[in-house]
Amino acid sequence: MAFENNVDVEHPVHDVRTAAIKNFEEKGFPSKKEEAWKYTSLNSLQKIDFSIFPKEENTLEYKDVKRYFIHEIDSYKIVFIDGIYSSYLSETTHDGVDICLMSSALTKPMYKQIIDVYFNKIASKDESLTSLNTAFSREGAYIYIPKNKMPKKPIEILHFSTGNEASLMLQPRNLVVVEENAEVQIIERHQSLTKNEVLTNAVTEIYAAKSAIVDFYKIQNDAATASLIDNTYIDQKDKSVVKVHTFSFGGKLTRNNLNFYQNGEYIDSTMKGVTILGEKQHVDHHTLVHHIEPNCESHQDYKGIYGDSSTGVFNGKIIVDKLAQKTNAFQQNNNILISDKASINTKPQLEIFADDVKCSHGCTIGQLDEEAMFYLRSRGIPEKEARALLMYAFANNVLSSVRIPELKARINKLIAKKLGVNLGFDL
Amino acid sequence: MAYTEEELKKELETKEYEYGFYTDIESETFPIGLSEEIVIAISKKKEEPEWMTLWRLEAFKYWKEMVEPEWANVHYTKPDFQAISYYSAPKKADPNKTMDDVDPELLEMYKKLGISVDEQKKLQNVAVDIVMDSVSVATTFKKTLAEKGIIFCSISEAIKEHPELVKKYIGSVVPQRDNFYAALNSAVFSDGSFCYIPKGVRCPMELSTYFRINQAGTGQFERTLLIADEDSYVSYLEGCTAPSRDENQLHAAVVELIALDGAEIKYSTVQNWYPGGKDGKGGVYNFVTKRALCEKNAKVSWTQVETGSAVTWKYPSCILKGDNSIGEFYSIAVTNNYQQADTGTKMIHIGKNTRSTIISKGISAGKSQNSYRGLVQINSRADNARNFSQCDSLLMGNECGAHTFPYIEAKNKSAMIEHEATTSKIGEDQIFYCNQRGIPTEKAIALIVNGFSKEVLNKLPMEFAVEAQKLLEISLEGSVG
Repeated sequence: MAFENNVDVEHPVHDVRTAAIKNFEEKGFPSKKEEAWKYTSLNSLQKIDFSIFPKEENTLEYKDVKRYFIHEIDSYKIVFIDGIYSSYLSETTHDGVDICLMSSALTKPMYKQIIDVYFNKIASKDESLTSLNTAFSREGAYIYIPKNKMPKKPIEILHFSTGNEASLMLQPRNLVVVEENAEVQIIERHQSLTKNEVLTNAVTEIYAAKSAIVDFYKIQNDAATASLIDNTYIDQKDKSVVKVHTFSFGGKLTRNNLNFYQNGEYIDSTMKGVTILGEKQHVDHHTLVHHIEPNCESHQDYKGIYGDSSTGVFNGKIIVDKLAQKTNAFQQNNNILISDKASINTKPQLEIFADDVKCSHGCTIGQLDEEAMFYLRSRGIPEKEARALLMYAFANNVLSSVRIPELKARINKLIAKKLGVNLGFDL
Repeated sequence: MAYTEEELKKELETKEYEYGFYTDIESETFPIGLSEEIVIAISKKKEEPEWMTLWRLEAFKYWKEMVEPEWANVHYTKPDFQAISYYSAPKKADPNKTMDDVDPELLEMYKKLGISVDEQKKLQNVAVDIVMDSVSVATTFKKTLAEKGIIFCSISEAIKEHPELVKKYIGSVVPQRDNFYAALNSAVFSDGSFCYIPKGVRCPMELSTYFRINQAGTGQFERTLLIADEDSYVSYLEGCTAPSRDENQLHAAVVELIALDGAEIKYSTVQNWYPGGKDGKGGVYNFVTKRALCEKNAKVSWTQVETGSAVTWKYPSCILKGDNSIGEFYSIAVTNNYQQADTGTKMIHIGKNTRSTIISKGISAGKSQNSYRGLVQINSRADNARNFSQCDSLLMGNECGAHTFPYIEAKNKSAMIEHEATTSKIGEDQIFYCNQRGIPTEKAIALIVNGFSKEVLNKLPMEFAVEAQKLLEISLEGSVG
């Protein structure tokens, strides 16, 4: 892959970028030999000659892409087309809260103070793909919610790729800062509109201050030629509550690196996911919860259904530091294999250095209950629908905590479509 | 170096006990270092046939190309492989009048436990093979076993007397190039036990091996090969001790189990190598490769109680090759002071309807680190494979750590896999309940730990269970203040 050299040297974060380039050059793309990438190979992606910066600007009509928005509700929108901000499709605000662009936040002096404190602070400086993003990212969403504020409506971040240029590599960079007692709901989606190869290497930094509440929903239902590497870093302070829901239905290769750092007491971290795969899809969920201080909780619940020749990976890591007494960490990963060619690799991992803790993890791989199937079929429900119904039930734990009803309805539809059924009712 | 019972008896009769009861056993030790010459010399010393020498040299060749693995969750100063003597044998002068003579410390250990080896041997009807500093010194009950057609002897004897069996099976489960320490062991192993149970025979008594590192500056590399022919059954026990020394000693053993169609092997280990001092000085490095191959309808059950060693690195595994075969793993690993243990199992499901059970209990105290690392792999043709895993950790004090690294890989849709793990500490209310009823804290903890470990202790043969229970108590002594 060739990286073009049109990096802006005068840029305020130039030093950060130079360091990041150096780190990436030293490490390169992670290979399967690294423990964290044991089950996910990037070889197929590295063969493609991606272009990093699109040469021309592309536009889209709202009616063509309306279906990718949660259009039933009003929302703030930050929309990117081939990595470039589309003011035409977006709806940003500076009214009490800042919902705008990373590029302007990085260059305008009024944001300097916040950028200095937060930009690239929690994101790993060691991990090569994060460094790659830090070095080449030009655009993304910038969300700043001041103390005691809550935006009137949810925020949607959408990345479209038009495929007008052959193969595109995108490096979106988001920064979300939620101050004390503030609250925000964010929905993020990546969507490829053609059959051209797209690789998105996204980095999101989320800072939740004292008593802040953050709800982050990731919808991953991209075309079969789109790959996504999503790196999310979350820093939580006292009594903050952060929930991240990941719905992975589409894409060729998806890798989610979700990292929680609990820098305070009485923190609640929740990460939930539903993965339904078919064909040759590959999804790798990598979660890390680092319990640094006492009296915190973390909950993880990932459900996976794997068909055709798809492969799934779950690697959940919980670290409990010596100081983090009274930690309550819970992790669950349930999987169903519905095809002989599908496979699942899971590695729930605990590293515990404190003694007064309650940590547990459970992991299962199994099939749909034949007796439950029989029960449904004996009541006149066709096999396909019965199967879908049971899978719905299987995933429902995760869906029940989605707080935006329209989003929940949308995800239900996506699940129904993925399972190839229409039940005629919402669950 | 191996004795027959007759020889032993004769020697005992004619020998004067000039070395007294507690004197060190004078031994013959090779110069330190490892080279092709040493490998050949070991082979010569053991009067081995040529194929064996070549087999060792091949292993040595692989070993030279390998690097020491670093992925385990343990930290230690790597042994200097050129500073170890690879062969040490007690001189013929002081063989075994009774077993107590061989290792006063072992005896003391058992005295502390309230069981003497000798007594145990007689009362419990256990056949014992003692391996001291790499060499097998005595095998008891050989005659009784021979009547049934069971071969139970040292491996060097087996190489001479039953070359066809050894040749066929050695390295078939753990090949020479399997891993760094297995290659090293294949090159320099000096002795170990060999056991063959013929078709349809149910071994009438527990077979047992005791390992002992006595000499300073030596490494122990023993090799155990156990073959259970069709529809046979054997229960095998293994125990280990070493005296306290300030330097680290290396123990790199290989255990291969072969369970042919319908055979059942129960392999129990009570590992109590010297764990190092309270300040973390010295202790044994225990880097062991243990693996079993299960053919059709065979069953292998590993039970281990790990209380010793400064660093343990061990994964008794089962390859469930035959249809309907069963693998089991029951483990208690206790670490105290500066001990580190990275242990677990691998269950490789290849055949149809294979089943595996993993129960692992980790107890960490003091400044120790205890890790469970396991792999459950269901291959695409292993229809209806079933696995259940449970790993529980108990933490005592806030300076120790407990870790789990389970790998689960499923490639078959009919697989049923369950894995659960918990970490907790001994509840204050539990202690309080005991104290209130007049049970002192130390005893209360022993009681709770016993309850925690019960599922595994129950799997041990009776006489071992008692011993293990007390061993748990001893290793946690003083861990709670």
